[in-house]
Amino acid sequence: MKRREFLKSMTAMAAGTALPAAPAVWSPAKAQSRQETLLIVSESGPNNLDIHGVGANVPGYEASWNCYDRLISHEMKTVNGTPYYDRDKFKMELADDMKLGDMSVTFKLKKNAVFQDGTPVTAKDVKWSLDRAVTVGGFPTFQMGAGSLTKPEQFVVVDDHTVRVDFLRKDRLTIPDLAVIVPCVINSELVKKHATDKDPWGLEYTKQNTAGSGAYKVANWTAGTQVILERNDAWTGGPLPKVKRIIWRMVPSAGNRRALLERGDADISYDLPNKDFVELKGAGKLNIVSTPYSNGIQYIGMNVKNPPFNNLKVRQAVAYAIPYQKIMDAVLFGLGKPLFGASADDKTEVAWPQPHKFVTDIAKAKQLMAEAGYANGFETTISFDLGFAGVNEPICVLTQESLAQIGIKTTINKIPGANWRTELNKKVLPLYTNVFSGWLDYPEYFFIWCYHGKNSIFNTMSYQSKDMDALIDGASLAAASGDTATYDKDVKGFVDLAYEDMPRVPLYQPYVNVAMQKNITGYQYWFHRRLDYRALVKG
Amino acid sequence: MLRQIGKRLATAIPSLIGVIIVTFVLTRVLPGDAASYFAGPAATPEAIAEVRHKLGLDLSLPQQFVRYVADLVHGDLGNSLTTGQPVINDIAARLPASAELTLIGLLLAMAIAVPLGILAAVRQGSIIDHACRIVATAGVSLPVFFTGLLLIYVFYFLLGWAPSPLGRLDVFYTPPPQVTGFYLIDSLIARDFALFRACLAPLVLPAVTLAIFSLAPIARITRASMLAVLASDFVRTARASGLAPYRVIITYAFRNAMLPVVTTLGMVFSFLLGANVLVEKVFAWPGIGSYAVEALIASDYAPVQGFVLAMAILYVLLNLTIDLLYGLIDPRVRIEA
Repeated sequence: MKRREFLKSMTAMAAGTALPAAPAVWSPAKAQSRQETLLIVSESGPNNLDIHGVGANVPGYEASWNCYDRLISHEMKTVNGTPYYDRDKFKMELADDMKLGDMSVTFKLKKNAVFQDGTPVTAKDVKWSLDRAVTVGGFPTFQMGAGSLTKPEQFVVVDDHTVRVDFLRKDRLTIPDLAVIVPCVINSELVKKHATDKDPWGLEYTKQNTAGSGAYKVANWTAGTQVILERNDAWTGGPLPKVKRIIWRMVPSAGNRRALLERGDADISYDLPNKDFVELKGAGKLNIVSTPYSNGIQYIGMNVKNPPFNNLKVRQAVAYAIPYQKIMDAVLFGLGKPLFGASADDKTEVAWPQPHKFVTDIAKAKQLMAEAGYANGFETTISFDLGFAGVNEPICVLTQESLAQIGIKTTINKIPGANWRTELNKKVLPLYTNVFSGWLDYPEYFFIWCYHGKNSIFNTMSYQSKDMDALIDGASLAAASGDTATYDKDVKGFVDLAYEDMPRVPLYQPYVNVAMQKNITGYQYWFHRRLDYRALVKG
Repeated sequence: MLRQIGKRLATAIPSLIGVIIVTFVLTRVLPGDAASYFAGPAATPEAIAEVRHKLGLDLSLPQQFVRYVADLVHGDLGNSLTTGQPVINDIAARLPASAELTLIGLLLAMAIAVPLGILAAVRQGSIIDHACRIVATAGVSLPVFFTGLLLIYVFYFLLGWAPSPLGRLDVFYTPPPQVTGFYLIDSLIARDFALFRACLAPLVLPAVTLAIFSLAPIARITRASMLAVLASDFVRTARASGLAPYRVIITYAFRNAMLPVVTTLGMVFSFLLGANVLVEKVFAWPGIGSYAVEALIASDYAPVQGFVLAMAILYVLLNLTIDLLYGLIDPRVRIEA
C-alpha cells in the first residue's frame, strides 16, 4: 500500500459515505402479527430456561412456568377485582384425576397429553422429573423438601398413566408443593439423549431448550436481550391461550419502559419504580394492577444475639421510632399494605401477614431507651441490599433520621446484591431492612423459615425461643392432622409472640405492580408473582 | 512491513499475560460471592456449598487459575452465570453491536468535529471558533445518559420520529444472517434494503448521543494541531507562493496536522467502546459494556475476565493500526518494535 494511494482511497471512502443511503423499501405491513403478539418489557431476563438449573434466576422461573406443565395447578378466585390464585382449590393440569389417600396421593395422567415434540406424556416422565427435582440439589431440591418431598422412592410408577406420590409424613404443604413451579414434568427421553456422565440430568440441554408439554415453547432466546415464545397448539393442560407469540424484551432503563408503555409500543411491564406506577395510574391511559405479595413482608430486622438489640426494650424503642407513615408516603407512594398501627383492641387473627400495634412515637421510644440503660443512645450500622436500592435506600435514610432522634446514630451500609446473601448468612448485621416472601401461603410456612430456632438463613435475626418453636411445630402438626382449634390457637400464639419479642419489625406488604395497555386483559396474580401468559388476551 | 507487524504483536504478548493475571486476581479480590448469589433466594448453606462446588469456586486460587488458563488455551472463556451462555458466544454476539454503534458514532463525530476544528483554527477568534468552543464544552459537560434520555424524550416520546428504544432492531424484524455481526453490513450482504433501513433507524439516536460526547476531544485536537501547523514556515511559504487557500489548508496544513488527530481518534474509539455502558443501558443496546457491568454487579467472574481480555486484544490491534496509519500519513514515521 502506498501512502498516496491510501490517502486517495480515504478521500474516496469519505465521499462514499456522503452519498444518500440506499433507497428505502418498506416491508409488508406487519399489523397482523402485531395483533397476535404480546410485547413484554422488563429489566432483566432469564439466565436459564429450566428452574432445576444451577443458579437459575427468577425471570427464568417465568419461562419454566409457561413452558412446562405440572400435575396440578391452582384455580382462580377474585381478590379486589383481580384474578388471584386460590390457595385451597387445585385444578388438574397434566393429571386427569387426583385421589388423596391417607399416606399417598395418586394421579391419573391425561391420555392425550403430549410433549411439544409429539411424544406422549407417561408416568415414567413424571417420575423422572420429580426424581430430578429432589436430586439435583440447590433451590429445586430445597423447595421440594419444604413439602416433605425428599426421596426418589416417594414417586412410584403404577402403570403407564398412573403415578403415586407416597408421603414421608403427614404434611399439609405436600399437595400445594406439587403445584409450585419446581415439580414440572419434563420430556425425559428427549433430555436423556442429551445427558452426559458429568451431567446425568441433562441440565445443560434444558438450560437452552424447553422440553415440556406446556402452553408455550421458547422459539428464540438471546440472553440478556430477548426471549420469543410461540404457542403450543397441541397443549392439553387447559383452554388454548389466545396469544400466539410472546416477545419478551429486556429494557434496562425504567424511564424507557415507561415511555414504551405510554407510547403504546409495549404491552406489559411489571418492574417500574413505585412513583411511575402512581403517575401512570393517575394518567389513566393504562391498566395498572397492584396486588399485595402473598405471604411477604418488608421489615426492619435486628440481630438479637448481640447487644444492644438483645435487649427487648431497645427493640421496642426501635419499633416506636420507625417513621412508618413517611415510608408509606415518600417511598412507596401508597403502593403497599401497611403492617403497623393496628388499634389497641384489635384481636389477633389466624392470618399472616397482619399489622402490629406499634406506631411512630418518639417520646415513648426515648423512654424505652432510658429504661434499657441507653439514655445516651449508641452507634450502629443499618444495612440494605443495593440490588433493590430504589426502595431500600430511602427506607434506611428515613429510619436513620428517625433513630437519630432517640440517640441511635446509624451509618448506612450499602451491600452489593452479589454480596447480600453472604452477609445475611453470617448473621452479624445488627440492623437491616429486607423482604421475605414464601411461595406457599401459610402462616406456619413463613414462621418456620423466619422465626424457628433451627435458624434457617431467613431467620436473619438469629432469633431463638423455645416457646416460639413449640407454637410453630404445634401449628404444623395441627394443620397436617386437620385440628383447626389447636391450629388457630398456635398461629395466634406465634404471631403474638413475634410482636411481643419484636426481633423484626414488619413495615408493609409490598405490592406487585403490573402496567398494561387497556386492550390487554386476563392478568392473574400467582404466588410466584411472575406473568402467566396462558390467560392473557390482547383485544 | 509484515515483519514489523509480527514484531509488534510479539511485544504485546507479555502485556496480555499480565492482563490475564491481573484480572483473575482482581475479580477474586472483589467482595461478593457468586455461589450464594446464584444459589437463589431460598438457598441453604448446603445448597450454596453445592453451587460453589459446581462452579469450581471451592478450589484454591492457584488451582482455579490453572484451570482458567487451561480453558483459555482451548479457547474456552468459561460460562456467564448472568446470561447462562458461554462467554465467548456472548462476546462474539455483543462486541459487533458495540463496535457498530461506536463506529457510526465516531464517524458522525468526525464528520462534524474535523471540519469544525479546521474552520475554528483558520478563522481563529471568529464566531465559528467560539461556536466550536461552545459545542465542545457542551458536548463533554452533558453526561451521555442525560443526552440519551433527552433525545429519547424529544424524538421518541414527544415527536414520535425515532423508533422505540428497544435495542438494535424492532421486535418484529429478524436480524440478518450473521456474516460480520454488523447489522448494517449484514443486511446489505443479504440485499435486504428494508432490513437495512430497519437496522439503521434504531442506530441514529444512540449514535448521535455518542457523537455529541466525542465531538469535543476531536474538535479541540484538530483545532490545536491545525493552529500549530498553520503557524509553521512551510505554510507561510505555500501562502507566499500564491497557492489557493483550499490547497494550503487541506493539502499542506491538514495532512501535517493529522497525526495527533488520528491518535486522538484511536483513543476516543477505544474509550467509547468500553465506556458507552450508559448509552447501551439507556437504549437497551445489547453491547459489551453493559454486559460487563451486569456481570460485575453479580460477581460473575468469567464475563468480566473475558471482557477485559477482549478489550486488551482490541487495544493492541487498535494501537497497531494507528501506528501503521502514521506511516502512511507521514513517511518519516516508522514503526519500531
